[in-house]
Amino acid sequence: MAQKVLVPCSSSSSCGNVQFSPSRVHTQAIAFGGGLSQSSSRKNKSLALKAVAAKGETSAPVTAKSGHEILLFDALREGLEEEMARDPTVCVMGEDVGHYGGSYKVTKGLAEKFGDLRVLDTPICENSFTGMGIGAAMTGLRTVVEGMNMGFLLLAYNQISNNAGMLHYTSGGQFKIPVVIRGPGGVGKQLGAEHSQRLESYFQSVPGLQMVACSTPYNAKGLMKAAIRSDNPVILYEHVLLYNLKERIPDEEYVLCLEEAELVRPGKDITILTYSRMRHFVLQAAKTLVERGYDPEIIDIRSLKPFDLFTIGNSIKKTHKVLIVEECMRTGGIGASLRAAIVDNFWDFLDGRPECLSSQDVPTPYAATLEDATVVQPAQIIVKVEQMLQGLI
Amino acid sequence: MAASSLASRAVASLSPSISTGASRDDAGSSSVVGFHKRSSAFTGRRVRISSGHGSSAAHGRRSCVVAATAAPVKESPPKIADALVTREEGLELYEDMILGRCFEDMCAQMYYRSKMFGFVHLYNGQEAVSTGFVKALKKDDYICSTYRDHVHALSKGVPARQVMSELFGKATGCCRGQGGSMHMFSKEHRLLGGFAFIGEGIPVATGAAFNTKYSREVLKDLSVDAVTLAFFGDGTCNNGQFFECLNMAALWKLPIVYVVENNLWAIGMDHFRATSVPEIWKKGEAFGMPGVHVDGMDVLKVREVAKEAIARARRGDGPTLVECETYRYRGHSLADPDELRKPEQKNKYAVRDPIAAFKKYLLENGLASEADLKAIEKKIDEIVEDAVEFADASPLPPRSQLLENVFADPRGFGIGPDGKYRCEDPAFTAGTAEV
Repeated sequence: MAQKVLVPCSSSSSCGNVQFSPSRVHTQAIAFGGGLSQSSSRKNKSLALKAVAAKGETSAPVTAKSGHEILLFDALREGLEEEMARDPTVCVMGEDVGHYGGSYKVTKGLAEKFGDLRVLDTPICENSFTGMGIGAAMTGLRTVVEGMNMGFLLLAYNQISNNAGMLHYTSGGQFKIPVVIRGPGGVGKQLGAEHSQRLESYFQSVPGLQMVACSTPYNAKGLMKAAIRSDNPVILYEHVLLYNLKERIPDEEYVLCLEEAELVRPGKDITILTYSRMRHFVLQAAKTLVERGYDPEIIDIRSLKPFDLFTIGNSIKKTHKVLIVEECMRTGGIGASLRAAIVDNFWDFLDGRPECLSSQDVPTPYAATLEDATVVQPAQIIVKVEQMLQGLI
Repeated sequence: MAASSLASRAVASLSPSISTGASRDDAGSSSVVGFHKRSSAFTGRRVRISSGHGSSAAHGRRSCVVAATAAPVKESPPKIADALVTREEGLELYEDMILGRCFEDMCAQMYYRSKMFGFVHLYNGQEAVSTGFVKALKKDDYICSTYRDHVHALSKGVPARQVMSELFGKATGCCRGQGGSMHMFSKEHRLLGGFAFIGEGIPVATGAAFNTKYSREVLKDLSVDAVTLAFFGDGTCNNGQFFECLNMAALWKLPIVYVVENNLWAIGMDHFRATSVPEIWKKGEAFGMPGVHVDGMDVLKVREVAKEAIARARRGDGPTLVECETYRYRGHSLADPDELRKPEQKNKYAVRDPIAAFKKYLLENGLASEADLKAIEKKIDEIVEDAVEFADASPLPPRSQLLENVFADPRGFGIGPDGKYRCEDPAFTAGTAEV
């Protein structure tokens, strides 16, 4: 059945609701919970893992009558609330998460329901409250640290890199750090340079961290739950302009896989890898491309670290052409790493070099025209894909 | 308030001259909050109370006149009716300090014999702080340290073998050889680290204290009453994380004690050149918690302050900031030539060696005999020798260990091109597959 996905209006075109043909949402809800033993992680546990071979399945279809419509911020809230109800050691800390309900309403109502200690309003000291969340996680809690804007977490870099990333290793596996660090990032609407940062690239090299980016209400809720249940420190990237995205999601509980990518649109001509807000720009561009007779395969990589090389590889083996569309900066961004991984692993299947559309290496300007020029626009995606498919590059 | 009770307690000093009731200007005396009297300690002039004149002191009328003397006055020690520790406690404290000293001396030897590497920061001279505080804790309490963490680990109960092995980089180390000197951890003994960057352990300690409060108030588990100690130095007290955490701990009345080991030097940076207001204990008040100064060369004084601060935390009254005036006898690390510290300052603290002072106390108060103490020293010698032998004989970590502890959940390495999780590939975990 059709899943209606409303695309946020791009700044360069007039606002409008765009509907797409059903996206084959390709997920595998892996049951967590009792699967992994709680014993010390000093040696490799024998993991009862599901082979990812069943990749061709679609998720349970959501009919027009089943499920419920929800906005993305609310889906995040739903996931968080479910996890907090399920596990009393899950707690949130951050600025204005409690009484204010979160600056993007992701924690709205939670303080009233769970109390001020479980939804902790912190003073403005990112490095210290992130570290506090890490210390609490080391000693038995599962903390969700919110950066009011992801950019603020730059102040917490010491704790994120040295402690979240490293302590499991330097302690020889004695302490685990089940912390989720999340918040809105990305380029918004004229929010100015410091509130419009693309932090995926900054944290991606830190060993010991996992990073995921959500892009729809469905995957937002599923990834939130998965991140909280994970024993690893996970950074969950949300996008400031996607919070009001609406989608119908299942009523039944579901948890997504942190390490998997999402096949958004199957195709055979070209593989387009994207994540977060750019997914929607790619889908918008795809409308035009499809009208012109092209058949792009669109994959939302979701897992920024580690990359799902299976989904990505299978696609490349089919299409032999890759375009990465990201909001991250050109230099040292997710695209840069992804290109390297593709070249390393799938060189023999490529007809040409993997292409990448990234944002400019500039601090996001305030002026609307300059801001638009900073990030990739759908028109650029169309041009690039056509060039690639016409053999011009 | 806790601060005043600490001030009003008359504490017997380990220094030979005692004046009960007189104002104490001796740098080696009580844990009184009225710091202004003690400013002399920081300007390098030493003021001692002499009770009596000349060397025939203790008999006859004692004068309570405060007189500045250039050198300590020798006198026979007074009888103390009530010792501050029992024999058992005394021997435990002594043994712990001897262990710390002996272990660190052995580290120096081993370092110069190329058995341990990198940055090694020794604790010689500061033993009273570790022993005084950590031995006042319960097993379930947490401690969090810095790069100068060997002795904290030993005081908390981490076996010397495991610490030495870790320093040698062997697989039997407390952190499997992955942490090294600056990253000692023990889940069993509740040692939360071992941190190389100053200040970054303080929030972690604050988080552990938060967990205690959470366990009691949210999870309703009143059996949890763990107190956390955060150890750090004078240099750290100019760092943002210090202040940020003092604020949060006071705000939420977290069960934590912030222990400043003020040894006056941050590598080559004199505390007075770095700090606008050098009295660190004063900064507690700015955040609404008691700030206490204690003679960190006197294990009994430290212990007394420790017990009170820990009890305060445990009953839910919130954090305390304790500044321990102490000194490190060696350089910042084994690579530090230690050229900036003047001999006068070093000598001033050398005569206040916490171990020598406590030994004297035990002997003079009949709590132990020379034979007892010698037996302890011999026992510790054997423990440390054994630790070295064990570490020497232990294997180096194999290559296959490289990736094992990067993630608690190794699925974090992701899904490989063949559709299987990377960690399912034996070659990957053996470290021979490409990352």
